[in-house]
Amino acid sequence: MREDGKTNFWLTAALLAPTSMWFLFMLILPLIVILVFSFGERAAVGGYAAGFTLEQYANLPSRLKAFQNTMVIAPVGTLLSLLVAYPLAYYLALRVNRRYKLILLVLVIVPFWTSLLVRTYAWIFILGGRGIPTLLEFIGIEGVRLINTPGAVLVGIVYGYLPLMVFPIFVSLEKLDKTLLEASSDLGGSPLKTFMQITLPLSTPGIATGCMLVFILLMGEFLIPAFLGGGKVFFIGNALVDLFLQSRNWPFGAAVSVTLVVIMLITVTLYMRLIMRGKTGRDESLM
Amino acid sequence: MRIYAIAVFLFLYVPIGIIVLFSFNAGRHASELRGLSIQWYGKALSNPFVGDAFTTSLIVALSVAVLSSLMGTAAALALQRLKGSLRVLFDGLIYISVMIPGIVIGIATLVALVTVFDFLNPILASLWPEGVKPPKLHMGYASVIAAHTLFTMSLVIILVRARIAGMDRALIEASMDLYATPWRTFYQVTLPQIYPAILAGFLLSFTFSFDDFIISFFVAGANTTLPIYIFSSIRRGITPEVNAIGTMVLAVSLILLMTAQFLLRSRVNR
Repeated sequence: MREDGKTNFWLTAALLAPTSMWFLFMLILPLIVILVFSFGERAAVGGYAAGFTLEQYANLPSRLKAFQNTMVIAPVGTLLSLLVAYPLAYYLALRVNRRYKLILLVLVIVPFWTSLLVRTYAWIFILGGRGIPTLLEFIGIEGVRLINTPGAVLVGIVYGYLPLMVFPIFVSLEKLDKTLLEASSDLGGSPLKTFMQITLPLSTPGIATGCMLVFILLMGEFLIPAFLGGGKVFFIGNALVDLFLQSRNWPFGAAVSVTLVVIMLITVTLYMRLIMRGKTGRDESLM
Repeated sequence: MRIYAIAVFLFLYVPIGIIVLFSFNAGRHASELRGLSIQWYGKALSNPFVGDAFTTSLIVALSVAVLSSLMGTAAALALQRLKGSLRVLFDGLIYISVMIPGIVIGIATLVALVTVFDFLNPILASLWPEGVKPPKLHMGYASVIAAHTLFTMSLVIILVRARIAGMDRALIEASMDLYATPWRTFYQVTLPQIYPAILAGFLLSFTFSFDDFIISFFVAGANTTLPIYIFSSIRRGITPEVNAIGTMVLAVSLILLMTAQFLLRSRVNR
């Protein structure tokens, strides 16, 4: 016995109704409002006054430093995470005994789901005055400043987002047909050649997914520069918090947010074109 | 290679270990370790601000988890019947809600809700009878819960859908052929197969909401969640008390995560 078409339609509609409402009111509407606000004017008391002006966008260069920092540190941080993550993913996927593989992978992912706030402030300790600099003084190196530098922010980034990079690379290496590797070495290919011609190309979907996830999240990062950049190294996210919560310049903040989203969309589109080349990459879930 | 892997694991876990270690500090200063004690846990737990923040976080995270697992599961079930452009639209919206940075959602929600509330409040006031104080819409529990749920609901959809895809369709057809009602088929065949994913989604949603700082920072209004409390304490300087609170926050998510992992792996990995 089959359900008849009509019940089926109403059932599907009813099941989807709450989710659709959420998408409409908590995603689409807010994004439209932000877009509208970005063309508005600032009210005398802060907040928003209706209008249509490009003034806010013309004012963007006043926050140029935040954009520059983000557009330099986010890609560098993504690349560093990739460099640290790849060997680990490779080791876990191809070198570890089946029995321990899963548990080790879980150990990599777990930190990502715990509080980024707490994990990041641990680094204030480690890089701060009484952390590594004190240790360095013991062995005679003095006057090293680690915290509140771009380096500190980069360490925080690699630390915070490493799990997100390891996971997709692990998945793509895990799926790789191991007989190809054997064939290559049987045919006299050196390990390096096998890696460059087989392993690396076959793991590009994982690399692409990992880089994209990390890069997008980094573009909107606030906590890591707030804690480890100490007001000297700040991102667009920090500028946004300042604009919305301190100076209450909503229309300008809206213009900055819209610009951020547009830069994100453009980068992701270009990146997908470049890497995927027509291949349809499937997203891997994060667990 | 092995040494490298060990080094990376140390890199991942040493900072967490340091927070935990320093939370047991007997001394008054965060950066000098002077013997071990649990006094700061006592301090933290008896601090009324911490208690309030914890209660707020708990209420928010529980509501988010319940809402997301119900709505996400319903949507995942419905989406498998959907085809064509509507399906593409939903897939797009699901991925956008998962990928969009929290700060953008936080800001957009704040701006949109404040605007809507400013518009509705005078109308509400004019509708209310003379002399009775009209209700005033404002940012608070509801706005944080709604904003978190956007992300977590999509997460549940993705998890449950993956489970449905791996499900044995023949069982459902068998149940239908044996004249089970659709409801009974759902309850006795589909649900038992997808419930680990739902439960894992519930736990992940709880963890996400409990740990989220940036969205709450924008939309929580006058409410203070635990991460917001920790953030403002750190701004005033790190104390062993903050470490104790941080350790407790980490412990909550670690326990939930281990449970979620266990549920997701069970049965998938026969």
